[in-house]
Amino acid sequence: MITLNINKKTYNVDVDPNTPLLWVLRDHINLVGTKYGCGVAQCGACVVHLDGEAVRSCVTKASRAAGKKVVTIEGLSENNDHPLQKAWIETDVAQCGYCQAGQIMSAAVLLRENKNPTDEDIDVGMAGNICRCGTYLRIREAIHLAAELQKKGGK
Amino acid sequence: METKQSRRSFLRSSALAGGGLMLSFTWLSGFTPGEPTDAPGIAKEWAEINGYIKITPDNIIKILNPNPEFGQNVMTSLPMIIAEELDAEWEKLVVEMGPHDNVKLGPQFTGGSNSVRMYWKPLREAGAAARQMLREAAAQTWGVPLEEVTTKAAMLYHEKSGRSGTYGQFSSRASGIPVPKGVKLKDVQRFNVVRNSKKNVEGSKIVSGKPLFGIDYKQEGMLIAMIEHPPAFGMKLKSFDASDALKMPGIKDVLSIPLYPDGFEQGGFDTRTFNDLLVVVGKTTWEVMQARKKLKVSWEPSGDVKNKMGGGREVTIPGGLESTATQLEKMKEYAAKPAQQLRKDGDPETAFKNAAQVIERTYHAPFLAHNCLEPMNFFAHVMDDRAVVAGPLQAPGWSEPTLAKLLNLPADKIDIQMTRMGGGFGLRAYGHYIYEAAVISKKIKAPVKLVYTREDDMTYGIYRPMYTATYRAALDANKNLIAFHVKGGGIPEHAVHANRFPAGAVDNYLAESWQIPSNITIGAFRAPRSNFNAASEQSFLDELAEVMGKDPIDFRLELLQRAKDNPVGKNNDYNADRYAGVLKLVKEKSGWNNPENKKYSRGVAAYFCHASYVAHVVDMVKKDGQPYVERVFSAADCGIVINPDAAINMIEGAVVDGIGNALYGQLTLTNGAPDQQNFSQYRMIRFNEAPKKIEVHFVQNDLDPTGLGEPPFPPVFGAVAGALYKMTGKRFYNQPFITQLNTLTNV
Repeated sequence: MITLNINKKTYNVDVDPNTPLLWVLRDHINLVGTKYGCGVAQCGACVVHLDGEAVRSCVTKASRAAGKKVVTIEGLSENNDHPLQKAWIETDVAQCGYCQAGQIMSAAVLLRENKNPTDEDIDVGMAGNICRCGTYLRIREAIHLAAELQKKGGK
Repeated sequence: METKQSRRSFLRSSALAGGGLMLSFTWLSGFTPGEPTDAPGIAKEWAEINGYIKITPDNIIKILNPNPEFGQNVMTSLPMIIAEELDAEWEKLVVEMGPHDNVKLGPQFTGGSNSVRMYWKPLREAGAAARQMLREAAAQTWGVPLEEVTTKAAMLYHEKSGRSGTYGQFSSRASGIPVPKGVKLKDVQRFNVVRNSKKNVEGSKIVSGKPLFGIDYKQEGMLIAMIEHPPAFGMKLKSFDASDALKMPGIKDVLSIPLYPDGFEQGGFDTRTFNDLLVVVGKTTWEVMQARKKLKVSWEPSGDVKNKMGGGREVTIPGGLESTATQLEKMKEYAAKPAQQLRKDGDPETAFKNAAQVIERTYHAPFLAHNCLEPMNFFAHVMDDRAVVAGPLQAPGWSEPTLAKLLNLPADKIDIQMTRMGGGFGLRAYGHYIYEAAVISKKIKAPVKLVYTREDDMTYGIYRPMYTATYRAALDANKNLIAFHVKGGGIPEHAVHANRFPAGAVDNYLAESWQIPSNITIGAFRAPRSNFNAASEQSFLDELAEVMGKDPIDFRLELLQRAKDNPVGKNNDYNADRYAGVLKLVKEKSGWNNPENKKYSRGVAAYFCHASYVAHVVDMVKKDGQPYVERVFSAADCGIVINPDAAINMIEGAVVDGIGNALYGQLTLTNGAPDQQNFSQYRMIRFNEAPKKIEVHFVQNDLDPTGLGEPPFPPVFGAVAGALYKMTGKRFYNQPFITQLNTLTNV
């Protein structure tokens, strides 16, 4: 039994402690916003926050998450109102949308560490996230917009 | 890929769609817990005006999107067309994915850049007919002539008497009125929904991680299944020992079943690479993944496999373990042999014999994997008397007959639910993973979700074929183009479109093809043939222009002018004016002749496929010592643009995808086994390689709209090749271009 704190809620889950956090979220806790894309930390579709840091949940063992605060896309904001979520909607970023939760979770850490990232900062900070549909330009634009929103008194 | 559904039969069936008050059904009710699909407060009773439109008494209007969504944004653009003619307020509509119902909702096929094209007229008619039925209901109620009833924003008005009412007030009565025929459609000049950018109706669900995708599907008691497929094409299952796997936690069963029974007549999109399914079934995904590692499996060569296709046609898939190196050798061999003639104009043999100069170049492209970010998966629950299947698929109407045969159920007892797809690119038009889920569920008598790992997905693909083409051009002493010859081949299909440009523009023209049978499964891939042609043919025209001392755009425009004024042959399947139109537009918008742009290594290409015309100019610079496409200018002619900002998004995505595949994309094989198994080996384009700016322009006209899923993708390849030449002084004949780039010491 592992006790996990996910999106401010406590879950006791009966899993092998080696199970990747991704599959605990998706199969055991029914938080499926975190996506499976590669299973080997190459695509970023599964990014969640572990004590505020972006991690690939597909290679993060559940045991490593025990005693830490996990935040998934479902817990990023109360009402879908994180500046990045607003900016993503405003910029109409998504095509298929499958990678976007991971993109937003990576961008959230980037934006916290760098309030005003340049395109180059974004390219470096987001290098671990693949968008198969090729929405990279809109993601850059949305991150810039989120930075603006944040300055204007967002979170 | 053309849809075989005839528009006439579709219209006839959609005209049956009216009548009767029906209770709301929530097709997604079993989809996921806790996520209501209807907005709160919506009444339970919907009057169905026709298959696409339902209205509650309190004037909530629901539009059902007929076509599967894989990122091309049909979930928004198709309902926009209905809303336009219905005269409803876009912002207040409820949009839902429709059920699979070809009678009420048309062909329901996503692919071939066909969604908007095939639904344009039917959806306008559906919206206009519904509006007229609502007007008639009001006219009857008020006792006034139909002509005097007007509408605005989901309201009905009778100006003379000052009466008014909502659509909702009359929806029940309207639903009983026979569907009118030949209703006048709106003048395109009066559009106020179409041609205005509307945001993705699922945008907020996407950014909050709602369970939209097939892989998110859950049902009480559902098990997870995975298939251990052979490690190489040309192999099959010999025997297995599952004793250790069965001891693993959470594992319910390990079984082997055939996908299709012996002698099964396959439909055109019923692929089968590996027919003997070795299946591991368990409670959770991770447990099944772990148990797979404990399987002890023997594989053996499959030998030749005979497939029985529709109409009793037999196709033999050759056995053997193929490798990229030997495939290339074989291609060389075939290329030297006589080929099948596809088209001949004039006397190309004599023209080449008499030519002052002959230019000949050969191009190659590898297999490409689709790599949809959501791997193949499907849910199936096959019961004694019915079945529910749900997941990401492009063509439910193609899968249904095969499911009915495999499950021995009538088609109307099979409920196919279409989830949002995490990418498709053509792959999800094929049915194997759907049928696999279904036969597994039938066998284990339980609801099951089949999931491919990334490795399963990449190594059991329906790849873009491996292509080659040799182009020859004959010039006279004055460097005029007097003959053109393309001889193309591929594994297992060639890419030559004999009647496309420059056919029609050259007096002496010859197109030939050959193909090599193979056991590597191939199929649709964002215009598989076109994306190779737009690399090879456009690169060849570029090189030709240089030899002839002409500007590459002017040279193409000259050829197109010739094709327009005095076309060679009758069967040229492009419109020379529209082709030239996108080239002229991109020339202007990119500042083609502006000296300021000399600092860029510029490449240009234009291509026509899937009924739309697109040209790109790419501007390359050096970044960290590597070629980098910094800017792109795109010009497209797809007729009326339904949702401009979403259309721009599609073109931006196609440009990025094109740069990525041109530079890095390849799936190679060693003894039948794919060398790339995951993104650590298969290079995908990433943020730092995506352009800073993509500027998209549309040719403005009022022609019926055509699609954008495929057309912007092919010409990227040729434009990138042209820019690389400008930067390096070397021509790039073989994809992916990174291979040659890596051999250049000084880029």
